[in-house]
Amino acid sequence: MHPAFSVLLLTTLIGAGQGLFLALFAAEVAAHARLVATPASSFFVGGGVLALVLTGAGLVASTFHLGHPERGWRAAARWRTSWLSREVIVLPLFMAGLFAWSLAHYAGFGATAVLGGATALLAIALFVCTGMIYGCLRLLREWATPLTPINYLLLGCASGTLLAAAYAAVVGSPLAAPCAASALLLTVVAAVTRIASLARNRALRPKTTLQTAIGVQHPRIRQTSQGFMGGSFNTREFFHGATPGRMKAIRWGFLLAAFVVPALLLAFGSGSAAALVAAFVVQYAGLLAERWYFFADANHPQNLYYQAMS
Amino acid sequence: MTQLALVIDLNVCVGCHACVTSCKEWNTSGSAGPLADFSPYGADPTGTFFNRVQTFEVGEYPDTQTVHFPKSCLHCEDPPCVPVCPTGASYKRAEDGIVLVDYDKCIGCKYCAWACPYGVRELDEARKVMTKCTLCVDRIHDQSLPERDRKPSCVLACPTEARLFGDVHDPDSAVSKAIRERGGYALMPEQGTRPANHYLPRRKTELTLHADDLVRAANPLRVDGMEPVPAYAGGTAEDHST
Repeated sequence: MHPAFSVLLLTTLIGAGQGLFLALFAAEVAAHARLVATPASSFFVGGGVLALVLTGAGLVASTFHLGHPERGWRAAARWRTSWLSREVIVLPLFMAGLFAWSLAHYAGFGATAVLGGATALLAIALFVCTGMIYGCLRLLREWATPLTPINYLLLGCASGTLLAAAYAAVVGSPLAAPCAASALLLTVVAAVTRIASLARNRALRPKTTLQTAIGVQHPRIRQTSQGFMGGSFNTREFFHGATPGRMKAIRWGFLLAAFVVPALLLAFGSGSAAALVAAFVVQYAGLLAERWYFFADANHPQNLYYQAMS
Repeated sequence: MTQLALVIDLNVCVGCHACVTSCKEWNTSGSAGPLADFSPYGADPTGTFFNRVQTFEVGEYPDTQTVHFPKSCLHCEDPPCVPVCPTGASYKRAEDGIVLVDYDKCIGCKYCAWACPYGVRELDEARKVMTKCTLCVDRIHDQSLPERDRKPSCVLACPTEARLFGDVHDPDSAVSKAIRERGGYALMPEQGTRPANHYLPRRKTELTLHADDLVRAANPLRVDGMEPVPAYAGGTAEDHST
């Protein structure tokens, strides 16, 4: 598949926003349970606004993917069958919950635990929707695995928790240390599941072949014409165009930037604000590369019909 | 229930692209607006087509066959492009089984094209909506046309009658008979889409040639007494005939 930059931004930005909210809400719950010191409500308000900015930016990025963004509201219609439709409904609901939770902290309403709990459920539902948009497409076998939504959930949580740690360190909150420890744990777990999906995809053997694509049962079939000499939607949308060498470089690049470097900075960065901010920025860049690779890695069966020009 | 579909005979398709151009001509002239063309006379032309003809070489030289393969929407009975559409713009008509896109509802998210294993949906890059073969829905039901013209444009254009059109759910239709009697098959059965369009396989054409067939037994220019000495002295075709 050809990775669309709007979708890379959408999924990484809202993932970080959801993860940031979940980390903040976890901190709130932990403070209730007296596991950590109760932070000032301004800490939650600032974090909530940051998460809203990230999800809002993701929402804006997503409209660049659409041919007719002005009709985007129609996408809420088919929630019974379409995971994309479900995502379109859950994303604004999550943003509304996030806004209400931040407002409740700002204005001192008491109901933050209830609002936060509901918003946390929406955040998790949104991860599932985003992952299942790809995971439900059985024809793209690299995506059709439970590892797809699991990776969206874990990568978003790792990125958001790391952002929470950086934010806490910048504003001087004592929550920076527990957030950084959680971010390290989440980064390691996400690395395990992402590498598991890489290993799984490497072992995949295609079910659909040129023989079943044109219905000719002969082991040697060679395409001599794809029916036109220029490009088409089919040759642009479903091919990433990167050489195997470049794919390999991007794979190692995202494994280093999304997992290894942030984990080292978290483990040995002495918890300083500069180290945590650098870890988040490097991991975010790594996640953009990870998402690029996720799309490029999926081999669409229609590509069997486009093996030779002229 | 009716399921309109095409049956494409690969045994007689000569790869002339008449179906491609007639499809483009009919569908670019319709009420839905022209199909995009960018740089049509330039170095890298591109545009929207509902139908493409591809060519494959099967076998190893010198025992090869050229297979011309027309490819358009297969109007699946279980179309994977329909449930994924978030707006309901992509739908399958109950009355005749045609899979269509409502261009006024489509938001151009391309998700349906991702879900289709055959790559037969093309985003029109001028109108920014998903487009595909409509089986010439604006033509086949048009009562103002003479009955013989109520067929998809590609079917009428095909010079070798490689394209048949009809109801594959009616066991007595010409398309059902062709599928039944000539080994009609569906593409990518493993994808579980149950395509309505079928393809008829290439058939082996055998010709038994006997040695005397190479000699002109009845030469209209023959002059008695001046016949050439036959190169072959065995029996004639009548001796072998079945």
